[in-house]
Amino acid sequence: MGFFTAGIVQTALEVGLIYSLIALSLFLSFSILNICDLSTDGCYTLGCAVGATMTIAGHPVLGIVCAMAAGACSGFVTASLQTVFGVPSILAGIIVNTGLYTVNLAVMGFSSNLSIFGKDTVFSMIAGLSDAAGWGDWSALVLLLVLVGAACLLLWWFLGTRLGLSIRATGDSSPMVRASSINPGLMITIGLCVSNSLTGMAGALIAQYNKMADINLGTGMVTIALASLIIGETLFGRGKMPARIAGVVAGAVLYRFIMAIALRLNVPTEAFKLVSALIVAVAIAAPAAKEMLRFQMEKRIGRRTRARADAGDNPADKEAR
Amino acid sequence: MLSIREISKTFNKGTVNEKKALSHLSLELPDGDFATIVGSNGAGKSTMFNAIAGSFITDEGRIILDGKDITFEKEHIRSRCIGRLFQDPLMGTAPHMTIEENLAVAYLRASSAESSSPMHRFLQGFCRITKSEREMFREQLSHLGMGLEDRMTSPVGLLSGGQRQALTLLMATIVTPKLLLLDEHTAALDPATAQKVLDLTQKIVEQHHITCLMVTHNMHQALEMGNRTLMMSGGRIVLDVSGEKRAHMSVDDLLEEFSVNAGKELDNDRILLSQ
Repeated sequence: MGFFTAGIVQTALEVGLIYSLIALSLFLSFSILNICDLSTDGCYTLGCAVGATMTIAGHPVLGIVCAMAAGACSGFVTASLQTVFGVPSILAGIIVNTGLYTVNLAVMGFSSNLSIFGKDTVFSMIAGLSDAAGWGDWSALVLLLVLVGAACLLLWWFLGTRLGLSIRATGDSSPMVRASSINPGLMITIGLCVSNSLTGMAGALIAQYNKMADINLGTGMVTIALASLIIGETLFGRGKMPARIAGVVAGAVLYRFIMAIALRLNVPTEAFKLVSALIVAVAIAAPAAKEMLRFQMEKRIGRRTRARADAGDNPADKEAR
Repeated sequence: MLSIREISKTFNKGTVNEKKALSHLSLELPDGDFATIVGSNGAGKSTMFNAIAGSFITDEGRIILDGKDITFEKEHIRSRCIGRLFQDPLMGTAPHMTIEENLAVAYLRASSAESSSPMHRFLQGFCRITKSEREMFREQLSHLGMGLEDRMTSPVGLLSGGQRQALTLLMATIVTPKLLLLDEHTAALDPATAQKVLDLTQKIVEQHHITCLMVTHNMHQALEMGNRTLMMSGGRIVLDVSGEKRAHMSVDDLLEEFSVNAGKELDNDRILLSQ
């Protein structure tokens, strides 16, 4: 463990768990609903701003709930643009993302960053619960494990309900949905509200975790979340629903570990966005590359065996001669 | 009972691509009637189905199903009581969901019955598939005779085209619809599988006494299946035979009737080849 100190592992796990909520959000919008929701960046900052403002007001727990509600509202706007006004989904996300910048500034009282040092956060509240040795160090991780675990369980349960199944069907086969009494517009709206509330929750958590909120915190978040999602789906497959959800969380944590390695290898922080972009590209390209390699191997082996057959190793050939 | 009164639909009105797809089409289909529909490409068969299912709103006329005027109702509301199968077996099912989950989505029609209150329906949205529903799905699947009852947790994408179409048929009828629309639903299947799906169709339609419209390009099928045959041309129904007359009709008679009624030869390769 010379390479990783306990502190690095702990931070990667904690931040990875918070980011896994955004990856789960994209799992719902991108993988399940088949919609590219690019409002993630703004929505994450919105959750961050709402969470920070509420924490400063002395309501850290309520801050998380409000951030989720704010995220759901943002999702509702994105969905309405698509379903009611026929805006293409990518454009709807970009429009909302742009508009949210001003909204986020307004939430933060028109300052570009907020500090919540010295205020009670959910993490300080949990840490204060016990005086046991080590609890102070590990309480944040325990809290995040519980929160993310609960989010995963709820999401799994939800996707198995009639409503959840209808949302899945909407993303999987639109002609089928139209033929089976489901209102696709309503399903997209509900799906994006749930999805963006997860993003909002992640924003509120990161604000309280870092004890600050910044207007530019969300920039590039959609790429990071997409990287986590794709790492999860590539490495852990597309099996049954519980495995897929666990895979997404594992992907987000793994992504943080890759970044931690980059940090240990003294990659400058300015290059982090490039590293994220590379990880996404590699993760998406991996299945195709694997397939290409497999084909090349089969071709080589196939050539060899056929060449041997032509040289007369095959008894059937000899008889023919 | 389906009653279509003088519906018309023109696409791309006022442009060079103007196409009068339906022109004052009327049809009365009493409960339990099973009518087959033939006609060359562009005759308006699929357009009529789209009009009934609500893919678009007609320019003129009214559509009444079971005494209720559905002329301006949205597609997903109409689909509560209209089942529909397409030619493409991939269209009626969700490939990444399991057989059981697909059936559960189709079975949602039962809970969206008009009798239940909106609140009740909302709460039902949070129910998972129950054990009794699972048993019912298994039993219904076993009637298809394709062994699907033992593969309920397999993704539908792994099934063959015939299996998927049979499953779609079950999904469309698992809550007995007031009307079943079959749009060449066996045309993409090999002959043996097509026959099997047709037999299933006949069995299910008779068992539940479903009012049904079926488009086909196979003239034998058009005369053998159901109790009534309609022929379409130029967005209208030009021939409507049933009873004694239909019982004694041959494929040649049908083709001749068509040329008399439509004033032109039936010009579809597929129809000629299937004689």
